Amino acid sequence: MNLRAGTDDVRSQLRHPMKHARGLGSAQHGVDHWWTQRVTAAALIALGLWFVVTVLSLLHADYATAKAMVARPWNALLLILFVVTAFWHAVLGLQVVIEDYVHTRWKEVVLLVAIKFLAVLGALAGVLAVLRIALGV
Amino acid sequence: MADTQRPLSPHLQVYRWQIQMVTSILHRATGVALAVGTLLVVWGILALASGEAAFEQFKTCTGSPVGLILLAGWSWALSYHLCNGIRHLVQDTGAGYAIPQFVRSSWLSVIGSIVLTVAIWACVLIHGGAA
Repeated sequence: MNLRAGTDDVRSQLRHPMKHARGLGSAQHGVDHWWTQRVTAAALIALGLWFVVTVLSLLHADYATAKAMVARPWNALLLILFVVTAFWHAVLGLQVVIEDYVHTRWKEVVLLVAIKFLAVLGALAGVLAVLRIALGV
Repeated sequence: MADTQRPLSPHLQVYRWQIQMVTSILHRATGVALAVGTLLVVWGILALASGEAAFEQFKTCTGSPVGLILLAGWSWALSYHLCNGIRHLVQDTGAGYAIPQFVRSSWLSVIGSIVLTVAIWACVLIHGGAA
């Protein structure tokens, strides 16, 4: 009898089938990070192009024109989506870069938390500012 | 650096440079640059929300020589990250991994990013320059 196959049998019996049902892997995150990075990337193709075109259309615009442009409902909505999606995608990407290159554990954790704080701060500030412009508060 | 005393694998300086590693490194570098650029976008929106004086200040900063150099850099970073990002999304389907295809799509990303950047700044020049 193949001893190796025997051990594998025992191991597979000891593993709970729930592991496969959940599909979360040893880090307990599954494919969430990978998948969210791709979905936000796909959204940013359209939102990024829209943003560049919008900024170009605002060349030489005075304050009132620029404000009126952002205040238009579709522009306000797309700008909010762009800011939130960009920060989300940035956090996911920066996280991988930090995990790859920062080898001192405490520095790694501090940076990982710091980029999340900064991103939430930036995204919320952006959203509130767009709302303020759009709602004329 | 690493806490560990184990030997580390040889790093970038020992490899002959080739386009595949350039595109990979640039994707990360432009990604980090764009993350910083997002803060500029927020600054612009905040300035627009807080009043004309703040917005004029924002325009003066972005229209200054340093501002324009940074904007040029960010426009290329965005163009490159967009082109190469689309390339990565295509590769995520499992396509384009044969070495000749991989090299060709690498060049396509680089050339595409330059074309896009030139198109953006041509648009700026046609509309009478940036400042």
